[in-house]
Amino acid sequence: MTALLELRNVEARYGPVQALRGISVEVPEGTIVAVLGANGAGKTTTLRAVSGTVRRAGEITFAGKPLRGGPEAVAKAGIAHVPEGRGTFTELSVTENLRLGAYTRRDPSVKADIERMAGYFPWILDRGDQRAGTLSGGEQQMLALARALMGRPRLLMLDEPSLGLAPLIVREIFRIVRELNEKDGLTVLVVEQDARIALDSAATAYVLEVGTVALSGSSAELKGDEAVRRSYLGY
Amino acid sequence: MAAFFQQVVSGLASGGIYGALALAIVLIHRATGVINFAQGEMAMFSTYIAWTLTTNHGFSYWPAFAVTLLVSFLGGVGIHRAVIRPVERGPQIRVVIITIGLLLLLNGLAFWIWSGEVRAVPSPFPAGTIDIGGVAISWSDIGTIAVCLTSVLVLSAFFRFTKVGLAMRAAAVNPSEARLVGVRVSSMLGLGWGLAAMLGAIAGMLTAPNVFLDPNMMQAVLIYAFAAALLGGIDSPIGAVVGGLILGVGLNLLGTYVDFVGSDLKLPAALLVILGVLLLRPAGLFGKTVVKKV
Ligand SMILES: Nc1ncnc2c1ncn2[C@@H]1O[C@H](COP(=O)(O)OP(=O)(O)OP(=O)(O)O)[C@@H](O)[C@H]1O
Ligand SMILES: [Mg+2]
Repeated sequence: MTALLELRNVEARYGPVQALRGISVEVPEGTIVAVLGANGAGKTTTLRAVSGTVRRAGEITFAGKPLRGGPEAVAKAGIAHVPEGRGTFTELSVTENLRLGAYTRRDPSVKADIERMAGYFPWILDRGDQRAGTLSGGEQQMLALARALMGRPRLLMLDEPSLGLAPLIVREIFRIVRELNEKDGLTVLVVEQDARIALDSAATAYVLEVGTVALSGSSAELKGDEAVRRSYLGY
Repeated sequence: MAAFFQQVVSGLASGGIYGALALAIVLIHRATGVINFAQGEMAMFSTYIAWTLTTNHGFSYWPAFAVTLLVSFLGGVGIHRAVIRPVERGPQIRVVIITIGLLLLLNGLAFWIWSGEVRAVPSPFPAGTIDIGGVAISWSDIGTIAVCLTSVLVLSAFFRFTKVGLAMRAAAVNPSEARLVGVRVSSMLGLGWGLAAMLGAIAGMLTAPNVFLDPNMMQAVLIYAFAAALLGGIDSPIGAVVGGLILGVGLNLLGTYVDFVGSDLKLPAALLVILGVLLLRPAGLFGKTVVKKV
């Protein structure tokens, strides 16, 4: 299996704060990979390094090519990033959010794709004109996911999709992500605080600790190791 | 009563012009949080270009109008690229200072190229009036209102229905998120400057026949446009247009029916509106955000 995304010795800093101290992560094509870790470990920064929203050093390759440029270029290359905390355009309507998700695409099947999204989230059709900011938290998270999918990405990056959501909705979101992975072969890099739900979906996982990879392995291995579970995953 | 309606209609015509320029100010403010003080002088400059095309290059009015819109659009994009973009990321006060510099530069440039000589500009609309229900309405008012209305409708359709228009709105309301979906925010800001320059050109070309063309022609109109934009809520495009219309009609009626106002005190009255809005209702009629930056 070749890696769709590969980070080698990636560092990132916010001014004087070094958030990533040389991490290496591999995301094989067609798999779900989880990034776990405590608050402030650098999970969000890992995704931001990929999407080019933080200053980074080291090597990032995507589909065999070095990944360069700002977030616009990364989006164009086929990576969709759903940022922490419901990234939607709160002042724009649901439909407009979805149309923006397809911004990098040139083909005319945007309408058809909105309908495809309605297959996963039936409510978006009736609420097309509603301002995204007036949706509930769970709905906004689903809209953010749907918007990311509208771009038909090769790689989907999700930052804490469970944040502040009821367990039922979290499970539903992860079920949809798994379905997309199994049916369409979508590659997913997901950051989660909630290790248990992430490990249930992911094939492999990386655990970050203050900007470095503390350990990594298959989900089964990590789940099976009592000591790892206690000291790193917290359950 | 007929005289009253006549004044209302001609108020709507000038209000449409204020609204168009106010809309230009709002477009840039929404996207960048700064007020473009050079908006009036950009409009004046565009008007001179139209005038040059008709008097020196044998264009008839409407082709000159269209060419001027195009040139203004490119000029707006060019100004953004050349002097705004380099300072965009820094403190906003730098952008504001640049727009003030631009105001002085364009004004000086116009004096230098075209001299300060006052020039009469013919109206593109037929002279005379048409009788609608006993009210004599001038063709020039009708034409002005029609042009303003068309521009506003075309622009709002552009923002609603086109991909680029949507991307421009996204870039304005949430730039970092917009970049994540692949929108090149800086290019969108440049387009915004281009559209604002076009709106200004329309306002300028419609203003010129009523006053005279000279390099200071748009300065009063800019004050009216500020008042209109503030009245409507500085970040609301609809507000800018409605604010312009209210102001145009209000000032016209005030000038006609309140003796001591006449036409001399309209400008101070507009300043009073600015002051009143800032003190009493900083968000304006349609706005959500309060004016806090210049
Ligand atoms: N904009 C910023 N400016 C300065 N420091 C930052 C910034 N964003 C993050 N940091 C710092 O970088 C480090 C890593 O932050 P990051 O957001 O990647 O953590 P995280 O693993 O996503 O945490 P959480 O689970 O709380 O979301 C933290 O120490 C944080 O304080
Ligand atoms: Mg985080």
